[in-house]
Amino acid sequence: MITTLAIMALGAIVLGAALGYASIRFKVEGDPLVEKIEAILPQTQCGQCGYPGCKPYAAAISAGEADINLCPPGGMDGVRKLADLLGREVKPLEAEEKPKQVAIIDEQTCIGCTLCIQACPVDAIVGAAKQMHTVVEPLCTGCELCVKPCPVECIHMLPINENLDNWKWKYPVIEIRRAA
Amino acid sequence: MLQRLFGFKGGVKPQTHKAPSVQEPIAQAPLPARLYVPLHQSIGGAPTPRVEAGEDVLKGQLIGGADGWVSAAVHAPTSGRVVAIVDHVAAHPSGLPTLSVVIEPDGRDEWIARTPLDHRSLPPERVRELLRDAGVVGLGGAAFPSHAKLTAARSVPMEDLVINGAECEPYMTCDDMLMRERAEEIVRGIAIFRDLLGARRVLIGIEDNKPEAVAAMQAAVCGLAEDYEVVAVPTRYPAGGAKQLIRVLTGKEVPASKRSTELAVQCFNVATVYTAYRALAHGEPVVSRIVTLTGNVERPRNWEVRLGTPLGDLVALGRPKADTSRYLMGGPMMGFALPSLEAPVVKATNCIIAAAPTTFPASPPEMPCIRCGACAEVCPHELQPFELYWFARARNFGKTQEYYLFDCIECGCCSYVCPSHIPLVQYFRFAKSEIWAREREKNAADAAKARFELRNAREEREKAEKAERLARTAAARPAEKKPAPASAETVAGQPAAVPVDAAPAAPAVDAEAVKKATIVAAMERARAQREAAQPRNTEQLSREQQQEIAAIEARRARVAGDPPGTRTTRPGSAPPPAETGDS
Ligand code: SF4
Ligand code: SF4
Ligand code: SF4
Ligand code: SF4
Repeated sequence: MITTLAIMALGAIVLGAALGYASIRFKVEGDPLVEKIEAILPQTQCGQCGYPGCKPYAAAISAGEADINLCPPGGMDGVRKLADLLGREVKPLEAEEKPKQVAIIDEQTCIGCTLCIQACPVDAIVGAAKQMHTVVEPLCTGCELCVKPCPVECIHMLPINENLDNWKWKYPVIEIRRAA
Repeated sequence: MLQRLFGFKGGVKPQTHKAPSVQEPIAQAPLPARLYVPLHQSIGGAPTPRVEAGEDVLKGQLIGGADGWVSAAVHAPTSGRVVAIVDHVAAHPSGLPTLSVVIEPDGRDEWIARTPLDHRSLPPERVRELLRDAGVVGLGGAAFPSHAKLTAARSVPMEDLVINGAECEPYMTCDDMLMRERAEEIVRGIAIFRDLLGARRVLIGIEDNKPEAVAAMQAAVCGLAEDYEVVAVPTRYPAGGAKQLIRVLTGKEVPASKRSTELAVQCFNVATVYTAYRALAHGEPVVSRIVTLTGNVERPRNWEVRLGTPLGDLVALGRPKADTSRYLMGGPMMGFALPSLEAPVVKATNCIIAAAPTTFPASPPEMPCIRCGACAEVCPHELQPFELYWFARARNFGKTQEYYLFDCIECGCCSYVCPSHIPLVQYFRFAKSEIWAREREKNAADAAKARFELRNAREEREKAEKAERLARTAAARPAEKKPAPASAETVAGQPAAVPVDAAPAAPAVDAEAVKKATIVAAMERARAQREAAQPRNTEQLSREQQQEIAAIEARRARVAGDPPGTRTTRPGSAPPPAETGDS
């Protein structure tokens, strides 16, 4: 009896020590759930969700403060993925889903005030004071944050059209309809 | 010919329909009124235009330079004038436009200066470059730049070079005719590829329904006293798929995740070999290709067509019958319906089929999958198309990848046999392009996140720097209020010329001292500001970089007239107050 207890107690101590050690040694930095949520968000950093960037929104979702349907650039696809990850209900998007866009600066009108550079969260605009500014299109996430600050309203958002590089094979719809 | 053949699983035996188009020899297609040469005709980087509108070009002149290593140049198919460089509809299922050089031929068809070269006298690197700049790409339909396939894996010595003349796709006969008529040039061209890869054995695989081509190739190999083996492989679709042919001839199975060179084998199409030979031995870049025009036409045959010829012009040569409803590019198994006949012939155009409702009836409606397994039986890659279909249809793309979606070569065998007429390949193409699009989006999102974080870090740093600067200025300010002696403290650590000068004057003219102190304080502020504007990112420099900077500083100091080392401040910062304080 005593030996059994002793063995059990010893086991408990050894395993407890191992677990304690592991929890310190293999401590997970940061919140893994926030990171997973953030990986789903489109990283547009536009603030349309009402939070100052994708990470804060991810933190708010993980804390249960925010709904999962607030990110318009992520679209319904994003909502579905978040619902999957968090085991929540899929909800329709709060705002309208827009096609992907890119900002274009009318270079004739630009007065070089640099306000748009300060607004762009991903440094997608180049230019210098009193010089013409331009958008580096591949880097632009289409967040529209640069549109409002421009004092001469020379920034426009253009939808990204389909081209040979981003063309996709379509879901074979016709056949299904015919079958139905 | 004592070659042991291996089999591949699956495959189908559709009717070949090859006979009509091999009745007549290859003919030269006439010059069209205008050529629309797309710049991007191969896989990889889009070539950059090298000509301008209004320029006169000669046949074979470079009009698009290769962009990067995996890319191939584009050349003028005839002599004439570049009318414009505009977006023109592409030979692509989408019918979207692509940047094309529009050339109006002058009818002379005058070549640029051509320099024949012997690949044996050139370093291999140079030969690969030459092939890239001659625009040699896979003419079997994939249009992958050939030079990029011509490097053997470092650790595996090359064993087999497979030359693909199987041409398993129904209707298509362009490779067959090429082998019949130009076998010698093909065999000569094989030597280029063999030498570049260092292959020990060359196997030429031709389906056994082309006895004339087999005989012609064999005669050419004997005539040139080469030791290549010409092997007739059983006719079964898709024996001409690179992976299937490699499997049949060598028994090696190349997985989707590996390059075939890692298994010591590489595969090229006969037409590709032919163009490589013309490019080196005759100095002629790829400006034309052989296209089979067949199906519902009066005169099916093979044409040698200049790249950029509008498909409408080509089709007219065959005199399509009245009930032709659409045209297919590629074969009936892997090809696609052309959205417009304005699209030009490109390097990937191997076959144009005129389709009538009688010969190519619209596919019957899709019925539910009955899980009969017929598709799995014929899949040459031993996939399970019905599972893939199920997940692709449900847009469960993760699962499709678990079922090896990317091993699918889109051969169409599964759709061909499916009793429920499910367009399986369309689902697989859809799933693949969705997955690629997602990958692109994910990469873009990651890059955006990284830039956002960098920007935040930079803003934080700038804020900290500004705060520091403000603190320093605040420390300097009191000097303005108090008379001269106080200013001696603020400029401690600097040559004390100002206080020395100012102190005796203080009792005499107080206003004068205040003024001077103000100037000193302002100078101090300016100095602090300039110091803050010194180069950043200098914390983590390597030893060499630091030495380099020191050397440059020393040189600058010398140029400025001071011997190095005597200047304590960096060039460009405020001059020592000692001098200005006096003035
Ligand atoms: S350029 Fe404008 S729209 Fe594009 S990422 Fe920057 S702020 Fe957003
Ligand atoms: S905000 Fe408008 S005017 Fe100012 S720099 Fe940007 S584009 Fe030019
Ligand atoms: S052949 Fe068609 S019906 Fe049969 S299992 Fe495959 S997909 Fe289903
Ligand atoms: S298309 Fe893909 S899945 Fe279908 S038979 Fe061919 S390789 Fe197999």
